[in-house]
Amino acid sequence: MLITCPYCGPRDVIEFTYQGDGNRQRPQPASQDLDAWNAYVYDRLNPAGDHNEIWQHSGGCRAHLKVVRNTLTHEISSVAFARGDHKAAMRHKAEGKS
Amino acid sequence: MSPRRIDTGGRIDRLRTIRFTFDGAPYTGHAGDTLASALLANGVTLFGRSFKYHRPRGVLTSGVEEPNALVTVLRGEVREPNIAATMVEIYDGLTAVSQNRFPSLSWDVSALNQLGGNLLSAGFYYKTFMGPAIGPLKGTRFWMFCEHFIRRAAGLGRAGIAADTARYERMNAFCDVLVVGSGPAGLMAAKAAADQGARVILSELEPHFGGSANWSGETIDGMPAADWAARTASQLEGRDNVRLLPRTTVWGYYDGNTLAAVERVTDHKERPGKGEPRHRYWAIRAKSVVLATGSFERPLVFPGNDRPGVMLAHAAERYANEYGVLPGNRIALFTNNDSAYRAALALKRAGAAIVAIVDVRPELSSEMRKLADEAEAKSLSGHAVVATEGGKALSGIKVQRFDMANGALAGDARSIQADCLLMSGGWSPTIHLASQAGAKAEWNAARQAFLPPKPTQQWIGAGAFTGSFSTAGAIAEGRAAGLAAAGGTGTPAALPVVEAAPGDPDPAPVFEIRANGKSFVDFQHDVTAEDVRLAHREGFVSVEHLKRYTTLGMATDQGKSSNIPGLAIMAEALGKPIPEVGTTRFRPPFSAVSIGSLAAERFGDLKPERLTPMHDWHVANGATMYSAGLWYRPMIYGLSGETIEQAYVREAKATRESAGIVDVSTLGKIAVQGPDAAEFLDRVYTNMFSTLAVGKARYGLMLREDGLAFDDGTTWRLGEQDFLMTTTTANAGKVMQHLEYFLDVIWPELKVHVTSVTDEWAGAAIGGPKARAILAACVTGTAVDNATLPFMGIVRGKISGVPVMICRLSFSGEMAFEVYSGAGYGTHVWEALIEAGKPFGLVTYGLEALGTMRIEKGHVTGAEIDGRTTARDLHLDWMLSKKKPFIGSAMMDREGLIAPDRLELVGLISLDNQPLNGGAHIVETLDEANPHDSIGHITACCYSPALGKYIALALVKDGKARRGRRAHISDPLRGRFGPVEIVSNHFFDPDGSRMHG
Ligand SMILES: [Zn+2]
Repeated sequence: MLITCPYCGPRDVIEFTYQGDGNRQRPQPASQDLDAWNAYVYDRLNPAGDHNEIWQHSGGCRAHLKVVRNTLTHEISSVAFARGDHKAAMRHKAEGKS
Repeated sequence: MSPRRIDTGGRIDRLRTIRFTFDGAPYTGHAGDTLASALLANGVTLFGRSFKYHRPRGVLTSGVEEPNALVTVLRGEVREPNIAATMVEIYDGLTAVSQNRFPSLSWDVSALNQLGGNLLSAGFYYKTFMGPAIGPLKGTRFWMFCEHFIRRAAGLGRAGIAADTARYERMNAFCDVLVVGSGPAGLMAAKAAADQGARVILSELEPHFGGSANWSGETIDGMPAADWAARTASQLEGRDNVRLLPRTTVWGYYDGNTLAAVERVTDHKERPGKGEPRHRYWAIRAKSVVLATGSFERPLVFPGNDRPGVMLAHAAERYANEYGVLPGNRIALFTNNDSAYRAALALKRAGAAIVAIVDVRPELSSEMRKLADEAEAKSLSGHAVVATEGGKALSGIKVQRFDMANGALAGDARSIQADCLLMSGGWSPTIHLASQAGAKAEWNAARQAFLPPKPTQQWIGAGAFTGSFSTAGAIAEGRAAGLAAAGGTGTPAALPVVEAAPGDPDPAPVFEIRANGKSFVDFQHDVTAEDVRLAHREGFVSVEHLKRYTTLGMATDQGKSSNIPGLAIMAEALGKPIPEVGTTRFRPPFSAVSIGSLAAERFGDLKPERLTPMHDWHVANGATMYSAGLWYRPMIYGLSGETIEQAYVREAKATRESAGIVDVSTLGKIAVQGPDAAEFLDRVYTNMFSTLAVGKARYGLMLREDGLAFDDGTTWRLGEQDFLMTTTTANAGKVMQHLEYFLDVIWPELKVHVTSVTDEWAGAAIGGPKARAILAACVTGTAVDNATLPFMGIVRGKISGVPVMICRLSFSGEMAFEVYSGAGYGTHVWEALIEAGKPFGLVTYGLEALGTMRIEKGHVTGAEIDGRTTARDLHLDWMLSKKKPFIGSAMMDREGLIAPDRLELVGLISLDNQPLNGGAHIVETLDEANPHDSIGHITACCYSPALGKYIALALVKDGKARRGRRAHISDPLRGRFGPVEIVSNHFFDPDGSRMHG
């Protein structure tokens, strides 16, 4: 399986660490809504098909990535930085190229 | 010259004699021989005993699909079982032994199983041992009684117990075109792709490139096909864009066009060269793959088809043409297709007498009649072999008239004397890799074979793999595939010209001759045609169930030779055509893969290791090193004659009496920096860090999201926005990822940067009543008195000219200091501390003494923070801030996590003055015969020099309430039972007066 890190390029899955279901919504830190916390910590979809996942490029730039992976074919249809457009990293990359 | 060796021909080097042994007997062969060809040349016919019936078995094939001739190869004490003799290249000193025989190969007690053959029919194990009670013997109990005997009698080779000392490597490779298989199709594909400038890898599981060209006896471009293959391979060899991998089996085809291969680098050598691995695991990423994996010849199913001396037709042809070995002098053939006629002629030319060609087909083409005439063979068309004769070698066959239309036999059986019978049941393309890649094979009625389907990944098939069984077809398809895989266009030069014997690629649809006697479908597992029918009668209709019930196609065979005949018989029993019965999907690996190659650099001398800056000093000063994850840490610094316990007791005692020093460089260290660093730490730790003064440290506890304890350590505030966090050695990586996850995914708005600085700092912890005096003697630039350096205070100074950071904190319970310096100065500072400590009786101590002192103090580590315990269980609830939310705060008070009967941390004192064992259970009532009702377990134990007793930390149900009560440890595995007293986990100096000084 290859994951195309937006910063590093296509890399083998061996460089990445799975960091869980990308659909999880963390309640506000002070929330006392136990149902919401329970859903966040334990409830998981198990789709046969496209799945939103968080992967960390732990053997590379260490960025967390939002990955859409098909659980049947391992096909990856989209990869993006989990924290948004990651401007600093992209700028750094552009400078490295020039 | 050996009895069956031909004087000329083949690739073997008759001038080089190689000596080896098989079952202890010495033999010779020649360079270029396999174990199978060399033994055949020596007249050996018996190679092994079958799985269930212990029937004598010879060699059936000449390649990777061999189901019978499996041997164990010995290298010193290391045994490697279940290796096909057809794949073992002989070398001087090769020691191989046969398998599954007792007491010897030629005289085997269990061969008597044959007499009671019906007892061991399909489903025997299942029915006998999973079934209902038979009299007093309940199925599973009966199995437990019989298992030992059955496992010994039925099976493959025995694994050894000696550790494998060989070295293994892993390689990652990238290419434009991976060509699997190097027969004429593969060679053409590799050449065509390489000519286009593509980066090409060509893999071949045999030692030599060329595949069938090496033994077909055909002519390509006016030269013997073997020479053409050698020339083509040598043309590829020198190219920068081509990598040739002989002795390499591509065994797995995974998504993303990733393929796994194993290269047998030194198995054919007497001893490996310097640094050479035994096997090399290749992970190959190919833009596109050419599958030129050829085909397997199928056996025919008839009574006695497993007798030694019965062999596949092409295998005999190959032994004669490639190895110069005749498998028999009087050879008969039995076939349903044309390919056997070429084999007959080749063996005739090599010097054998061809006594008969028995063909199930009533009519033969004129070309085949001509080939039979050339081979001077009696042609028996419309006939079938109905029996074989002989014991450990074939002496003759019986044939009868056969009607292909209805399978009926007619007329009298007639005997033909022969010492070798060659069979050909048609050919099955080797579609394993394509099947692994997700494609479902398609039945082709003309070829009577499953052909590869439309690719679902980036691969192109060529040659016999696609059902193109002629060399000319393979050459054309190979070149087209190579060109297409490389993305090339244009019209290339003329194709090489092939001169080959004629032949129709389509066999007659005959798989089995039904006559009296055992007809084997799966030679390796002794599955007969009758077993398949029995499975059908008992209601197994799915081919996957058939496989499991009869064990057809399991183990190393994986259906290579047995798949299609088994399916055909099942289809006939069901009254359905073969494609409706379906085929099983092939899964990796294609053939056996050594576990060592999969583990590769993860063990042995290629395994990465982490050494602290002071590592060499420890080793030079007598430390016994202990591996903790990838780290190596001193366990004890033993004096001569000391036991481990004596050493750590001495070290711990000396530390509490004067002072001790320990290397703590392995602790995880993370720089947490930025305007929001304090806020971030407040969120990840259960306790407050924003209130921590600059120049002070605080002990912190982290929980997981689910509210269970995660890690602990001290964090030092070096500046307003600058913290140095320490973690346990084992969790350093996990904590770092935990922090990064929250900063990157959950709270991207926080302005915090985390950096792993574990390797930047060397750390030494020095503790004991004299520790401060030792520091005072060597630290410059700062005072270290109580006012300047209070408990949890941090100062900066120098030791022997090197800047250091000193924090006064204690794990041992003594007045103690952690001294950090730049990693490059670690040994320098360490030695300066040792030197300064000499007048004060400073000792070095290792992990054992460290553990002992922490147990005495009742501090927790990973043994107690085991992923199941909460802060309350560990009496750390005083660290749970009520002023702020933190990770885990919402979930930590759930019902189950605050239940009164949870396991809680306690101390134990051994009351019989005997050592306690980690993992031992704790019970209220001792019952050695039938241990029950565990109330907890021991997490850590030691001899406490401070108490003069064996003590332990333990997790015990409602432990706090049990303090002062007696219990027992119950450790039936190690036979240790004894009384203990449950006490507080703070054994030693509970009010902390020593460390606060
Ligand atoms: Zn990256």
